[in-house]
Amino acid sequence: MSIGLEHFLAVGAILFVIGVFGIFLNRKNVIVILMAIELILLSVNINLIAFSVYLNDMTGQVFAMFVLTVAAAEAAIGLAILVIYFRNRGTIAVDDINQMKG
Amino acid sequence: MIQVAVFYLFATLVIASAVMTICARNPVHSVLWLILAFFNAAGLFLLIGAEFLAFLLVIVYVGAVAVLFLFVVMMLNVDFAELRAGFSNYWFPVTLLAGLLLFEIIVALVAWDAGGITIAPRAPTPENVSNIEAMGQAIFTRYIFVFEAAGIILLVAMVGAIVLTHRKRGGVRPQNIRKQIRRNPKDAVVNMQPGVGQGVEL
Repeated sequence: MSIGLEHFLAVGAILFVIGVFGIFLNRKNVIVILMAIELILLSVNINLIAFSVYLNDMTGQVFAMFVLTVAAAEAAIGLAILVIYFRNRGTIAVDDINQMKG
Repeated sequence: MIQVAVFYLFATLVIASAVMTICARNPVHSVLWLILAFFNAAGLFLLIGAEFLAFLLVIVYVGAVAVLFLFVVMMLNVDFAELRAGFSNYWFPVTLLAGLLLFEIIVALVAWDAGGITIAPRAPTPENVSNIEAMGQAIFTRYIFVFEAAGIILLVAMVGAIVLTHRKRGGVRPQNIRKQIRRNPKDAVVNMQPGVGQGVEL
């Protein structure tokens, strides 16, 4: 037996579901939610790279790199927002973030 | 054969550490499990032949993002036990939902068939060229504008993070370098000649 595209796609699918599961499971803790988002983006990267290699096209790997860039920027901004929120309110519980009543 | 064994090793470890990331009681442990997940994903990338992205994953995620998470988790003095209070109430419907989602994705995966459609590669992988060189050829020719946009995104993120978290502190007396340099002996030293038994008036 050999490792085909399906094996990598299955790993990506399982990782994606774990990420979504993590968002629902840790509904109050923003830090773990951000980590779950990182897991989801990692699964996207695994899919992009697997397709890129099996279809012989570099585009997938190029865009995996851009996904990585955006994920890093998102983590930095998200954590900065978290830090100023904690500085102002003294808590990071997601349930209490309802000041704007959006 | 060894490739199959290594694939299953990395795949099992990445999934197990992802599960531990979302289930760990302590967020610091969550971050450490996340790092393990990224290392094993980098192993998967190496196995499939995307060396440059494997190293990028280790450098960017483990070196920068995970350390950022670790700093924030340790810096915020949060009672994480309280945040976990709602953990057990939702596990059943959420597990159901996640199982359904996984089932759908696996069904789509099994049903997926690349036959019938032939996609012309946008940037075909060149023969006899290392991964990083092929990557460079794609990035710096066809995708140069997207690459520059990625750079702008990083710049905006950096400026945004600094602007958001920077604060002016009141009540501090910083060094005024200009004032220090402009000071000369004439107005710093005064020669006094007090009489005997008298003090000096400043």
